[in-house]
Amino acid sequence: MMPDLGKYADAVLSAYAATIVLILLLVLVSVMQSRRAKAALKEIETRRNG
Amino acid sequence: MSLWEYANPVKFMALSGRILPWTAALSAICLVVGLIWGFFFTPDDFRQGSTVKIIYLHVPSALMAINVWFMMLVTSLIWIIRRHHVSALAAKAAAPIGVVMTLIALITGAIWGQPMWGTWWVWDPRLTSFLILFLFYLGYIALWSAIEDNDTAADLTSILCLVGSVFAVLSRYAVNFWNQGLHQGASLSLDKEKNVADVFYQPLLVCIAGFVLLFVALMLLRTRTEIRARRTKALLARERMA
Repeated sequence: MMPDLGKYADAVLSAYAATIVLILLLVLVSVMQSRRAKAALKEIETRRNG
Repeated sequence: MSLWEYANPVKFMALSGRILPWTAALSAICLVVGLIWGFFFTPDDFRQGSTVKIIYLHVPSALMAINVWFMMLVTSLIWIIRRHHVSALAAKAAAPIGVVMTLIALITGAIWGQPMWGTWWVWDPRLTSFLILFLFYLGYIALWSAIEDNDTAADLTSILCLVGSVFAVLSRYAVNFWNQGLHQGASLSLDKEKNVADVFYQPLLVCIAGFVLLFVALMLLRTRTEIRARRTKALLARERMA
């Protein structure tokens, strides 16, 4: 299944690993910030309306 | 119906809430298909060997690094001219995505350059202008964080964005402006002779679509976050005054 990357295997795999980690981190941080902002707004709106 | 209607935060939240799940899902599909296609099912290049597979990461991320800045330029100009808050917040929301795209382009370029050029880094016009663009992104984010008042921050960061656009253009055309350095010309061209071979071109297009959709999805998500944070700040300020 794994393609033969020859003598450049380290370079190719590290490029893919670095990219995937950076993208996942960006998505994770964005989702967490979104949830936090949503919860904070909901709390203050509930307080004002309740 | 006018496009400017979506400068209204309520309308923007309603529309973006509907679009977001679709762009996120399409982006995931394109990225998975494109990267698996490119990594597992394309041959090695006769000169670059298996390092050609880095093209599926490097080209889309470099393309996005430059185009995210242009998107920020457009939204900053809308802020300066028409004072729509959503556009200023969209620019703010896009900057961290641009940083990550620039960083991916710099890292994957260095990893590819080491075996192909024999060096991780060289002060080549394109590489140098890309590094400066990365520093502009960091400066832009730092400036937003340093200023308490949102409107003042939006004004100053918009000016910074205009200045940084020079380096975004240079990053794109450095190879054409200065015919020197190690970096080759564009991998994608309307001239078929200059394009990469079809076997690499098709998965590359799928990966580019994946990166563009990922940017749209993250930009919508992050802009929604900024709008909510701004609303929370306004409500808290009202509470304190009451």
